[in-house]
Amino acid sequence: MTDTAQLNTLASVPDERPTRPASSWYALFKPYIGSPFNAVVTFACLWLIYRLVTGAWGWLVTRAIVEGGPQTCKAAAGAGACWPFLAAKLRFMIFGFYPYDEHWRPAIAVLLFLGAMIYSMIPRFWSRRLLWLWLAVVVICGVLMYGGVFGLSVVNTTNWGGLPLSFMLSSVGLAFGFILGVLLALARSSKLPAIQVIAVVFIEMIRGVPLVSILFMASVMLPLFMPDGVTIDKLLRAQVAIIIFAGAYIAETVRGGLQAVPKGQHEAAASLGLGYWLSMRKIVLPQALKIVIPPLVNIFIGFFQDTTLVTIIGLLDFLDTVRSAMRDPVWQGIAVLEGYIFAALVYAVFSYGMGSYSRFIERRLKTDHSHGRH
Amino acid sequence: MATSDSSPVRLLYDVRVRAVLYQVVAVALVVGIGFYLFSTVSRKLADQNIATGFAYLSRPAGFVISQSFISYDSGDTYGRAILVGLLNTVWVSAFAVIISTVLGLIVGIARLSRNPILSTLALLYVEALRNVPLLLYLFLWYALIVAVFPPVREAWQILPEVFLSNGGLIVPSLRWSSAHTGVLAAVALGIVLACLVASAFRRKRVATGRSRMAWPYVLAALVVPALLALLVFQPDLVVNWPEKGRFRITGGVQVTPEFTALLVGLALSASAGIAEIVRAGILSVGRGQWEAARSVGLHDRQTMRLVVLPQALRVIIPPLTSSYLSTFKNSSLAIAIGYPDLVMVSNTTMNQTGQAIEGIAIFMLVYLGMSIAISMLMNWYNARVALVER
Repeated sequence: MTDTAQLNTLASVPDERPTRPASSWYALFKPYIGSPFNAVVTFACLWLIYRLVTGAWGWLVTRAIVEGGPQTCKAAAGAGACWPFLAAKLRFMIFGFYPYDEHWRPAIAVLLFLGAMIYSMIPRFWSRRLLWLWLAVVVICGVLMYGGVFGLSVVNTTNWGGLPLSFMLSSVGLAFGFILGVLLALARSSKLPAIQVIAVVFIEMIRGVPLVSILFMASVMLPLFMPDGVTIDKLLRAQVAIIIFAGAYIAETVRGGLQAVPKGQHEAAASLGLGYWLSMRKIVLPQALKIVIPPLVNIFIGFFQDTTLVTIIGLLDFLDTVRSAMRDPVWQGIAVLEGYIFAALVYAVFSYGMGSYSRFIERRLKTDHSHGRH
Repeated sequence: MATSDSSPVRLLYDVRVRAVLYQVVAVALVVGIGFYLFSTVSRKLADQNIATGFAYLSRPAGFVISQSFISYDSGDTYGRAILVGLLNTVWVSAFAVIISTVLGLIVGIARLSRNPILSTLALLYVEALRNVPLLLYLFLWYALIVAVFPPVREAWQILPEVFLSNGGLIVPSLRWSSAHTGVLAAVALGIVLACLVASAFRRKRVATGRSRMAWPYVLAALVVPALLALLVFQPDLVVNWPEKGRFRITGGVQVTPEFTALLVGLALSASAGIAEIVRAGILSVGRGQWEAARSVGLHDRQTMRLVVLPQALRVIIPPLTSSYLSTFKNSSLAIAIGYPDLVMVSNTTMNQTGQAIEGIAIFMLVYLGMSIAISMLMNWYNARVALVER
């Protein structure tokens, strides 16, 4: 254990050894230069921060090319960021091959989706109405994206891409994955051995293999499983793979919540004469799901990021449209990092937002619980 | 009641009858779906004239793999190609697991530092890695390597005989023979022996209360097998120096940019998760444990090693297991940047032979088997460190 020495100096362990008489200056600087080792750490960190900030500032701002085209950026030879690339390719990155004049449709769909998302994240609005809201949002988004009615031209799913596709894959995947996951969790904690075994085998098989392999299976093997004449859309195949994968992971989380519900709750429900489904729906699941909301949100963040893997089987999600933009012959080899950095920022904003929400909800549920105990 | 027991409708309300009925229906459903899928697939394969079975594994593969740890050329069989892919997967995941554990431990402890600058930096590190998809990082590292390093013709010579370019890092290598393998095995044996001797001394010390000087024995156990092996096998040192030609560098051992990008991406993203696991583990040990350890006279380092870490490990091991497992599974992203891992080699195989089902079955079974093996190993270790209740 070479790290134990560092542990002693670094870990926030209560330290009650007599210290020097406190002067205000000493108290102010003690966390930074309290011991020689700590002083070295502080200065090393400051140096690192200085290098990172100046380096990033120089590349992003002072040396960056703000105006011009591919030639200006090429002349600069990568000394600074090439912002004209982002400006020229921004709409393609976000909407992919969706017809250029119809970009307002996915834009409205994404805004609607995000609005509904934010609305349903606020605990005050939690009610059954949300289900209807989401149903409406899904229908409107679907109509907007696909068209064919109200004079909207039809846009095939092969032309869908970019951010709307990423949102769709992750949200539909998680919604159906959640239903599948709850059913699997119930099956796995069932008292009937055959059903339990089926659930265990399914969950462990899915969790034991990488998502890439399931996506491959969906794209290569699913067509073989279908009866003659039935073809499934490539997008739908990837969506099915994501649902199955998400379902297995959600099932394990929900099972944790089911185990945390005291046995007395099951017995109380049974003594009231409630059958299995009624007692699950009214008594057990509401408590179990409430416990697992924070880990579920973490799973959601993970799956939002994992939808990037569909680019491996050739779907045009956000990461893929960003890469296509960088491979554009006009820009190829000129802007090699800007696109990735933009995409990373977009993913980071959404993931960090959901992560903060997870922490907020964790705090809130905790206080709710302690009030309930009184 | 007794009169209506025999009525079939009544029977349906019996909980036990229902239980059996549900299970029969569930099993019948699964078997039915399985049979339906199997029959559809075999009919379709017969229609498309695609051979089934694993006979193709012994046919020559005919494609080149850019990196392999066992001898392989395009004349070798598909089976050997898949083995090469598997070894590549294991190799990169093993490295990533080791690096991420060390990094994660350091960052996790830094997160708990009393120095606000250090703990904030550690927090930034964790957040930056956790909020961006791994695949994006893989593309980014790969693009960085290719963009920052010079082309092979203008390779930097960073040390004598060590070349760095966007074709990878090239270092001199040893011409390997069975004698070297023997010495390596002896070194491994020495490490195991040294551990055994050390633990025997520790047990004796605990049993008798007397401490004897252990280190000469441990050192001997470590060194003697290796020295003996050197004498017995007498491996000759033939170094394979890299030579810089006009267009490429021949000889030596090459660390490809694909491998580097994958390793860096996997290790960094896993280290962020492990940092959080370590932090939670150390925080889970109550303050009273530190105070109690001090009151029995242990100093800080002993407290950490003998009191806090053993308890923290109990909390750390289970999530650490799943972190290792996901690193192993995430190595399948290799296909996106062209590192020839199991999935990528299988994919090439499937494209050439058309035997998709067999190919997918092989790599899924391999992943499943390895996942089960890793979790069994970690469960065994966990059982050793777990709390033994009275």
